[in-house]
Formats: sequence, C-alpha cells, structure tokens
Amino acid sequence: MSRAETTATGPDDREQDRTEAAADTAAPAVRAPKAVWSLGLFRSELITVFRRWRTLALLAVLAGVPLLVGIAVRIETGNGGSLGGGRDNGNGPAFIEQVSNNGLFLTFASLAATLPFFLPMAIGVVAGDSVAGEASAGTLRYLLVAPAGRTRLLLVKYGSVLTFCLAATLVVTASALATGFALFPVGEVTLLSGTDISLSEGLLRALLIAVLVAASLVGIAALGLFVSTLTDSGISAMAATVGLLITVQIVDNIPQLHAFQPYLFPHYWLSFADILRDPVGWDGIAKNLGLQALYAAVFGSAAWARFTSRDVTA
Amino acid sequence: MGEPDTGAARPADEAVIETRGLAKQYRGTLAVDGIDLRVPRGSVFGFLGPNGSGKTTTIRMLMGLIEPTAGSARVLGRPMPRSSRTVLPRVGALIEGPALYGFLSGRDNLLRYDAADPTADPRTRSARVAAALDRVGLTAAAAKKAKAYSLGMKQRLGLASALLQPRELLVLDEPTNGLDPQGMREIRSLVRELAADGTTVFLSSHLLDEIEQVCTHAAVMARGRLITQGPVADLSAGARGRLAVTTPDPAEATRVLAAHGVSELTAVGPKVTGELPADPPDLADLNAALVAAGVRVRAFGLERATLEDAFVALTGEGFDVAG
Repeated sequence: MSRAETTATGPDDREQDRTEAAADTAAPAVRAPKAVWSLGLFRSELITVFRRWRTLALLAVLAGVPLLVGIAVRIETGNGGSLGGGRDNGNGPAFIEQVSNNGLFLTFASLAATLPFFLPMAIGVVAGDSVAGEASAGTLRYLLVAPAGRTRLLLVKYGSVLTFCLAATLVVTASALATGFALFPVGEVTLLSGTDISLSEGLLRALLIAVLVAASLVGIAALGLFVSTLTDSGISAMAATVGLLITVQIVDNIPQLHAFQPYLFPHYWLSFADILRDPVGWDGIAKNLGLQALYAAVFGSAAWARFTSRDVTA
Repeated sequence: MGEPDTGAARPADEAVIETRGLAKQYRGTLAVDGIDLRVPRGSVFGFLGPNGSGKTTTIRMLMGLIEPTAGSARVLGRPMPRSSRTVLPRVGALIEGPALYGFLSGRDNLLRYDAADPTADPRTRSARVAAALDRVGLTAAAAKKAKAYSLGMKQRLGLASALLQPRELLVLDEPTNGLDPQGMREIRSLVRELAADGTTVFLSSHLLDEIEQVCTHAAVMARGRLITQGPVADLSAGARGRLAVTTPDPAEATRVLAAHGVSELTAVGPKVTGELPADPPDLADLNAALVAAGVRVRAFGLERATLEDAFVALTGEGFDVAG
C-alpha cells in the first residue's frame, strides 16, 4: 500500500533534496566535533536490533541456506556421479557444479543463491522496520524528546541497517565455509578463467566477495529506510520494501524493459563473480558500487528530508 | 493547593513555557486554536481538558514533535522546535502514555533512552538508571522484560525515563493513567517532592481532583481553545466558597443567616447553604448566633468551591463531555 506513496512522494522529496543536500554538506562541519556522541546511541541501536527475536530468526534462516544447499549437493553426489550440468539458470555463474570438487565454492554458490532474494528480503525487513517500527511502538517520540536529534537518529538507524547487511552476509559466508569444509574436499581453487590459486588466496577472495555482496545491499537498505520514514506502521513499511524488491527483480528480468535495467539496484548484483577471474574484472563491480552509492545518496537524502520535516504523531 | 510556592526565590515573571497564538491544523480541523499559554517557573501546572481538547497536540508542539501551523512556543526561554537540542535534555517528558521495547528489560529500556540523549554522561549512566528505577519503585522488577509489565509498571518506567537526569521541567501527560489508587498517591507525592526540589511540573490530566490536589496553577482547554489559566486558588475561588450548615431546623437557620448578611440561601433537606458577604463575619460568631437562636447545629463550615464547579461555570458543560 505504501508503494503508491513511495512513488507519489518520491519525486517531490528528491526535488526538495537537491536544495537540502546543499545544506547537508555544510552541516557536517557543525556536527563533526560531536561524532563521539553518536557512538552510545549507535551501540544501543545495534543491541536493540540484534537482541530482537526477529533479527535472530532472519539470521538463522540465512545460515540455513548454505547448510541446505551443502547437504543437497552432498546427497546428490553421494549417490555416485557428479552433479550433472542440468542446472542452468542463465543468471550468474553456476558455482554449484563445482561444490563437490571444492567446498569453498559452496560460499560462492550460497552468496549467489541468497543475494537475489533472501538477503535483500532480510534487509528490507530490518530497514523497513527501522523508523516505522519505532513509530508504531511509540518509542520514536521518546527517542526524539530524549533528544536523539532527527538527523542523528536517522544516521544511527542507517548505520545499524548497514551493519546488519554486513552481519547477514557474513553469516551466510561463515555458514557456507563451515558446511563446505565439513562436507567436501577443499583445495586449490580453479577460477572461472581457468587458472588455479591457492586455498588461502581463495579464502581471501571469498571474504572480498562477502564484503562486495554486503555493499550490494546498500541501495535497498537506503530504499527501505526511506519507505520506513513514510509510514507509522512497521509492518506496511516492511511489506512495501519487500514488495518493491520483488517488483524491481521482475522488471530486471523483462527483456523489453532493458532500457531501465541499468538503473535498477539489483542489476549488477552478480558482478561479484568477476572476483573469481584472472585478471579480476572490475568493470561490473565498479558499476554496481556506483549504483549502490547513487541509491544511498538519493533515498538517504529523501529519507532525511522526510524524517526531519515530518510530524511525529504516533 | 497548600503547596509552598517554590518559585518565590526566582524571578517571578520568568515563564518556563510560553506560547503565542500557538495553533495546529490537521486536514482542515483546528486541533489547537491559537493558545497563549504561560507556565511560571516553579509551579505545578495543571493542564486540564476533556479528551480531544488539544492537550496532547499542544504538548507535542512544545516538545518539538510536531510543527505548529501558526504561532510560536518557547520552552525554558528558547524557541521550539528550533532549540530542541539544547532545551530537551533539561526536560523530562511522559507523552500519551509510556512506550517501551517489550523485548528489553526495564533497565535496558532506560539505558536505551539515556543513550539517546547526547548530553547524558555514559560513565554515570548505570548509576542514574538505577536511581531512577529506585525512585519509581521498580528496582525489584528492573530485570524483567518490559512486555511482562503491568500498565502501572509501564507507567512507572515511563516516569523513570523522565527522571534519568535532574530536569528543570517535567511534562507529564496523564501520568496516573492505569495506576491503582496507591500508585496514584505515590505519583502525587513524587510530583510534590520534585516540585519542592524546584522542578516545574506541567501535568496534563482530565482528572480534576488530581489537579486540585497537587497543582499550584492550572489552565483549562476545551475544543482546542484555552479557556482560562492562572493560580488554582483564583480559578476555583471565583467565589470564596459557600457556607454550609446542617441542621434539623433549616427554616430558622435560614432566617438567622439572612439576618447576618448571608445571601443566596438555599435549603435542601437539613442542609442550608449560602454565600458569605463580601466582608465576612467571624464564623464562630455566626455559629454562636445560630445556637443562641435555638438552631440545633449538626455541622457547620465552609464548602470550598471545587475546580469542577469552576470548570462547569467556565464551559457550561459537564467535564466528561468530549470537545
């Protein structure tokens, strides 16, 4: 329901933004000496996010994905015969065939499997709930009269959502590494371009990929935060953000709409596979990071413009 | 009522809250219609009005949560909402009931609200939280999850969050909602205690006797307008109070009292009431006169005009009629 609101208010707020963005660049000079004052609230925010049962459930689901994939591959290959090339989703590299040869590939396979939906959905839930959830619980008014400061609170909220992005990605990575090392042989890594690298370098690249995947979620995090400032209902903000994600993913897969696709936040998500080439292809990765930064700037400042000017009546 | 005027030592004309033509319009309806509110420093200020009269909207504007449509508000001498950052750390507030994180313990809730205040010293945080919990009598339940709290305990925790730091102004919106009579009494004595320390308390309520018991000043709102404000004594004593005599001889009593200048005499059953003259005679003489005239007096005394009388006189309606 708030999706309509988003499109309705989006352009206005972005208009407003351009003027207010100028004010924002001047503001850090005033805020800079107070950088320390945000740490206490940021810590408190992290505790609040990660102590929530829902957050832990999301992380548990994310941790379960590599485990399920690993077990499935193990069962299939255990029956004799390697995993056939029957899988061709045409969407990103097929890491999964390599998992039975090298457990490290379970990490890449799991990240590729969770990035299109599971990970961003989890981010959508946490980001969508960030402001709207506090508003519906009424705690927002007490934070604001504390006074948390609207800009400071929003920055802290975005910081905690980004931390969750990183935590979620690391949970998938860690679970995949553990499962992969437990169930499959591990050794030298054969890159997509055919060259071999040592296991330690392979691990390093896996970590780099995890960070890139986390960075790929910056855009949807900002989008979710913006949606969250539009409503006083945590549930509808979460639903709207996840709904937007699904819509964008669908649009990204309709060939007739290719003109828009380079501007959709998931468009370059699977570019992280280029890390597994020799030499590493940075082109797609740079495009992805640039797009995420653009989303963060646009929706971050839209969220700021909205949140600092709205009436808090809940 | 009977409270020492703790503001006496300070400049008498200093206002802690001052609004000029403060108004808020929601989609065409005026929730608050140009009010000029003035809360003197050191007072316990009762903010009265039926549900829906604009009290909470006014408080939200004072706390910088919503932007006024027109007019201005100054809190602790500074304009709101512009000076939120400097004003609000000196203000403790309970707005429209407590709001808590159910999955956090009572103590963790307070730690979070304290962390939100950039002026709060993190080194003294746990000590201040413990002191606030103790002050509202929640120490024993501090480790319990807030979702397991009763409404009264939530209310107390909300109050504790307003008391995390020494405050110059406390804004308490319906603080006794959901409390049992014992809890209400504790809150009242807490308010008196805070006021004695020099904190100005701005107390909104729709319970008249509550206001009458603790407040030095009061303002009355109805339908978004401020009907009156001033010291409670002035408000309730539009009259000096009525003389009431209970006697089995009402006719004779009426005659004697009229002879002594008591006006507007009415006799209902055994009870005779009337207005004392502008220059009232000694009540002991009056009583003696009654007895001398052979009137058997069972009870004799002044009935103080209640705030409720004043309210009904002002609005011409029962208090519980929503505006």
